[in-house]
Amino acid sequence: MNTVPWLTILLIVPAAGAVVVAALPRRHATLAKQLALGITLAVLVLAVLATFAYDPDKAGFQFGQSYDWISTFGISYSVGADGISLVLMLLAALLVPVVVLSSWDEVDGGDAAGTGRVPAPAPAPDAGGSPGQVGDGGIGGAGGIAGAGAGAGAGGVGGGSGGGTAVALAAPPVVTAAAPAQVATPAGRSVPAFFALLLALEAGMIGVFAATDVFLFYVFFEAMLIPMYFLIGSYGPVKEQAQRSYAAVKFLVYSLLGGLLMLAAVIGLYVVSADNLGHGTFDFATLRQMEITPGVQKLLFLGFFVAFAIKAPLFPFHTWLPDAGAQSPTGGAVLLVGVLDKVGTFGLIRYCIPLFPDAADYFAPLVLGLAVVGIFYGALLAIGQRDMKRLVAYTSLAHFGFIALGLFAFTSQAGTGAVLYMVNHGLSTGLLFLVVGFLVSRRGTRDVGAYGGLAKVTPVLAGVFLLAGLSSLALPGTNSFVSEFLVLVGTFTANKALAIVATCGIVLAAIYVLYLYQRTMTGPIVHEENRVLHDLGLREKLVVAPMVALIVALGVYPKPLLDIIRPTVTATYADIGKSDPAPTHPAAAHPASVHPASVQPGGHS
Amino acid sequence: MRVEPVLLAATEPGNQPVHYAAASGVFSLSWLLIVLPLAGAAVLLFGGRRTDRVGHIIGTLTAAASFVLGLVLFATLLGRDGDDRALSQHLYSWIPVNGFQVDVGLLVDQLSIVFVLLITGVGTLIHIYSIGYMAHDPNRRKFFAYMNLFLASMLLLVLGNNFLSLYAGWELVGLSSFLLIKFWEDRPAAATAANKAFYMNRVGDVGLALAIMFMFATVGSTSYADVFGAAAAGVIGYGTLTAIALLLLLAACGKSGQFPLQAWLPDAMEGPTPISALIHAATMVTAGVYLIVRAGPIFDGTQAARTVVVIIGAATILIGCVIGCAYDDIKKVLAYSTVSQIGYMFLAVGLGPAGYALGIMHLLAHGFFKAGLFLGAGSVIHGMDDDQDLRHYGGLWRYMPITWVTFGLGYLAIIGFPGLSGFFTKDRIIETAFDKGGTSGYLLGSIALLGAGITAFYMTRLFLMTFHGKPRWSSEGPAAKHPHESPVSMTGPMIVLAVGSVFAGGLFVLGHSLQDWLEPVAGTGVEGVHTFSPVVLTLLTLVVTAGGFAGAYLRYQLRPVESVARPDTEVSLVTFAARHDLFANTFNETVAMRPGQYLTRFLVWLDLVGIDGLVRGSAAAIGGLSGRMRRLQTGFVRSYALSMLGGAVLVVGALLLVRAG
Amino acid sequence: MNPANYLILSALLFTIGTVGVLVRRNAIVVFMSIELMLNAVNLTLVTFSRINGTLDGQIMAFFVMVVAAAEVVIGLAIILSIFRTRRSTSVDDVNLLKY
Repeated sequence: MNTVPWLTILLIVPAAGAVVVAALPRRHATLAKQLALGITLAVLVLAVLATFAYDPDKAGFQFGQSYDWISTFGISYSVGADGISLVLMLLAALLVPVVVLSSWDEVDGGDAAGTGRVPAPAPAPDAGGSPGQVGDGGIGGAGGIAGAGAGAGAGGVGGGSGGGTAVALAAPPVVTAAAPAQVATPAGRSVPAFFALLLALEAGMIGVFAATDVFLFYVFFEAMLIPMYFLIGSYGPVKEQAQRSYAAVKFLVYSLLGGLLMLAAVIGLYVVSADNLGHGTFDFATLRQMEITPGVQKLLFLGFFVAFAIKAPLFPFHTWLPDAGAQSPTGGAVLLVGVLDKVGTFGLIRYCIPLFPDAADYFAPLVLGLAVVGIFYGALLAIGQRDMKRLVAYTSLAHFGFIALGLFAFTSQAGTGAVLYMVNHGLSTGLLFLVVGFLVSRRGTRDVGAYGGLAKVTPVLAGVFLLAGLSSLALPGTNSFVSEFLVLVGTFTANKALAIVATCGIVLAAIYVLYLYQRTMTGPIVHEENRVLHDLGLREKLVVAPMVALIVALGVYPKPLLDIIRPTVTATYADIGKSDPAPTHPAAAHPASVHPASVQPGGHS
Repeated sequence: MRVEPVLLAATEPGNQPVHYAAASGVFSLSWLLIVLPLAGAAVLLFGGRRTDRVGHIIGTLTAAASFVLGLVLFATLLGRDGDDRALSQHLYSWIPVNGFQVDVGLLVDQLSIVFVLLITGVGTLIHIYSIGYMAHDPNRRKFFAYMNLFLASMLLLVLGNNFLSLYAGWELVGLSSFLLIKFWEDRPAAATAANKAFYMNRVGDVGLALAIMFMFATVGSTSYADVFGAAAAGVIGYGTLTAIALLLLLAACGKSGQFPLQAWLPDAMEGPTPISALIHAATMVTAGVYLIVRAGPIFDGTQAARTVVVIIGAATILIGCVIGCAYDDIKKVLAYSTVSQIGYMFLAVGLGPAGYALGIMHLLAHGFFKAGLFLGAGSVIHGMDDDQDLRHYGGLWRYMPITWVTFGLGYLAIIGFPGLSGFFTKDRIIETAFDKGGTSGYLLGSIALLGAGITAFYMTRLFLMTFHGKPRWSSEGPAAKHPHESPVSMTGPMIVLAVGSVFAGGLFVLGHSLQDWLEPVAGTGVEGVHTFSPVVLTLLTLVVTAGGFAGAYLRYQLRPVESVARPDTEVSLVTFAARHDLFANTFNETVAMRPGQYLTRFLVWLDLVGIDGLVRGSAAAIGGLSGRMRRLQTGFVRSYALSMLGGAVLVVGALLLVRAG
Repeated sequence: MNPANYLILSALLFTIGTVGVLVRRNAIVVFMSIELMLNAVNLTLVTFSRINGTLDGQIMAFFVMVVAAAEVVIGLAIILSIFRTRRSTSVDDVNLLKY
């Protein structure tokens, strides 16, 4: 194909960027940030350009490229985009720059400010290893809006006095005074490495969506774990060393377990293809055409499904998510829940359903059951949480229930809604995590009880928080409503009982969102510390602005995205012989004026 | 019975396929109705503090502009043919997914234009009122922004030409209501009330969402034209139709504070008084009535659902009336009065085409007098330094003459004083209830009649305790009160609404003007045989009303009123129950909230100990096992050598076995 | 002579070597037992080479001898250095590398 190799460019730019940023010495923290922001913005621009180059009504993969990699086993580097993967890449490309900007001061300045409630120690040991970083921390803290507390101020002072001697003097008492010694050692944290990890993660995310070779997909699927593992383990809450190691290991082990089952299924697929076609292949398009006996399908389906159910996560494979969500740095949590988890649901519709249609049919009741249980289970647990990040993580469990419900209802409405839901959930929960992160960076605690009455002190923050919450509870006018309603209405045509039960879940969604809002934002101010909190600063406003704009815009006019997603989803279900149930009593021919634009491509009958 | 024909002979509005003309000319501007207030809200919310000084002006002007546009549209409609007054405008394709095609479109017809005028008209008046009422609030700009947001949402609700647009408006008015109830959000009670309102509304929303899904699964569309066309053509099965109707009714109950979802409405009085007037009396809470009338073709096809509507309406009339007698908080009394008046509307629309127009008529009249009453109450509260307790009032007529007169007119209108609007609209509902015939007709009629009597009682009680009798407040001492008349920006709207309360009913009823106007949408009951002649019934109603009035007069005018209510232990069981909202909150708490809390706590425990425990348990098991296995590494070379030998022997043995086998 | 006899001899030598490794504590003796086992294998290789009339087994035997020589050098060096530090050549005394 002699077109622009969009996907390879999208892959290479962040990957190369990661290498460059990682190679920067620690003292060039600011340069690393700027470079990372520049690269991720470039990726975003490229992704948008690619979207314009994409022709939604053409069947099959576009921007396809294929080169032999390990030809002995029929493994190739092949990438391609369809409507589903394209929107998810777009989501990833959007979220990473947002995260980069939101994490501007998180590693050096932000955490210092967070722990700065215990005033003195924060910046001092910072300089123990590298004097230059104190200056960065100070500048970041003072310039950054997040660094508002006493800690950032002290950081500035520390940077001003500068010399290593002052630090050397300051260090010993800190170590003895600060009971949790590791509390105040963000010194061990390298800023360039953090942003390099984010860039590596972006490359991994784009790769996993772009791959059209099952083995390549598997490689990216596992490779994404590495940066995320370090993001949680090395850049989680400063004070909670043990918990964040625990969370990082739990995340890794869970994912590896799923990955192992998937690897077995991938190899199984290869063997089956070798039996069926005479030569083994990992090429998705070829595998898709292959007939597999139902018994084998079930086994292979389960291998893939468990991996994706852990990744997504679906009840009952979810317990790593609250830990990982709570222990990630804010940016990491946004990407983890916003994009990484989507790989699971993406895998369900890209691999599980088209490759193993009979098995998908056979296991559909199980998946649907888990999905509905997840909707209620996640919502109820979210209501019961006191840790705000865990709470948001549990709301995601409920949302993933909706997505899985939509995918396995096998109607084009539910499927399209589910894919749109993946994007919307990335936006709404991403924003929710960001706002919670802002709160935590100001107060240094995730406990709901430490807040209350903030709407008076930080009205803009409260407003954005509410909007993110409203999007999470799928209020019309926000993006999530469109996807949630599509999922429900599509499910309803296929399975009334399930849809009715799932719809009742929206009441719980209202409760977990508004109850959280009530506890944090309304009522009198009970903690004096909260009186001096700063509202969103310019950088933070820049972070939330695109999210807010998209949440509203996609709620009012979701058609552009729907037009990209719909043909692919429709074709996917048509391929496995599923068509939308027709209305039982279709309306009589109605005036054309009502539906002037009801073009229905994509094999819908 | 001899009166059956009244219902059966009703002209069903859509026996022929429903068709809406395409909007053109001035009607192609109808989207501006929504966008104007929405733009106002956006400017005020995103403009931030910079717009603080002009916030109320922008808010009021956009609302007024919307009202003017509504008037223009109304005038233009008047100039059109009776059959040609429904104009549908397609704006853009909202959610297109294969068979599921939802557009954003507007429908301006006889029904929606009436609501547009009510919403923007009363809305503008209350905007003006709020300029004065909220003058000292630092967040006045936000208040106006939310009010504008509410206007836009409510207009979307009534103007949408399909059920999903209606649903969007439906939830968005819930949001505006939430935002405004918790407007003083540092008060925990306000925040709790706002959340309660949103939760209970959401329960209703589930009904609406499910109803829409049923429609799509059955008809393949959510547009009014298609759904009503199919319903009128009778192609939808009776069961499905009843299910849809009942789900719509659930939504209506949630939004309109009807039994069993009425408990949120009185709590919503935590919001500023103009909000109680606009949202929780005149407009939003009547959306349920709008929904039922709009979905008339669906309800027409299912007698079962209509019966449920009637039962709910009748039950709510009584619930609202009884509780209204017991409260001492002026706004809560008015809130329960709203509940019961909407009960009348439900009763009316539940009676079918004969009642649709009556329900709407009562709704409009109620919009005037109840908004006026709330504004008057706000004026009193304003003058009494935010004291809302009736028992702390008394003799205020001397100090607030304008409020006294306007409130008095609203009061006379609601109890149905001859010639005022309530007299016309409520009497017609009572009459129609009796005309239903049979035992049920007598029962419903009697309930409605009884409700009228109790309404007269508690409204008279409210009026007398506020404006007449001896003052139970003092202008001296620490709790000194200096009641005073409110500024013009507040009294002006009150006067306008009082005028409306006086004349609206007559205007609508006499000469069947509104009924004729609404006929293409609502249909109309053919004049059948009356159970009682209208004159007899009117007299009967007057007697009952006078009885209620006399009861209150005897108790609260001729006998002194204590300034402290008697404690719960000394009152009758009925009063005790009424003071506790007939235990509705207790019921909700014991049936939904507490079990929910326990379930949540249990699940949190289960997740931590059960599911995660399983995970951590398996991790611990593997860890423990490897700890044991580690012990095999003794460090003695010779034992390693022995185990190697053993392994080699095993392998060789296995190979031999396989070979031999 | 019957080639089987060589194989029997080889098996005997191997067994003796094995038992030596397992029961003796002195590192030097254990080492010699290992050499005995290696040479038993060499004998087998050469015998089979003779039986089959090919040279493969003999070449393998040379390889084994070379490897054994190299191994002896390293092994003895280790034993020597252990003896120097611990004044003992008992393999049971050298059990630090455990768990």
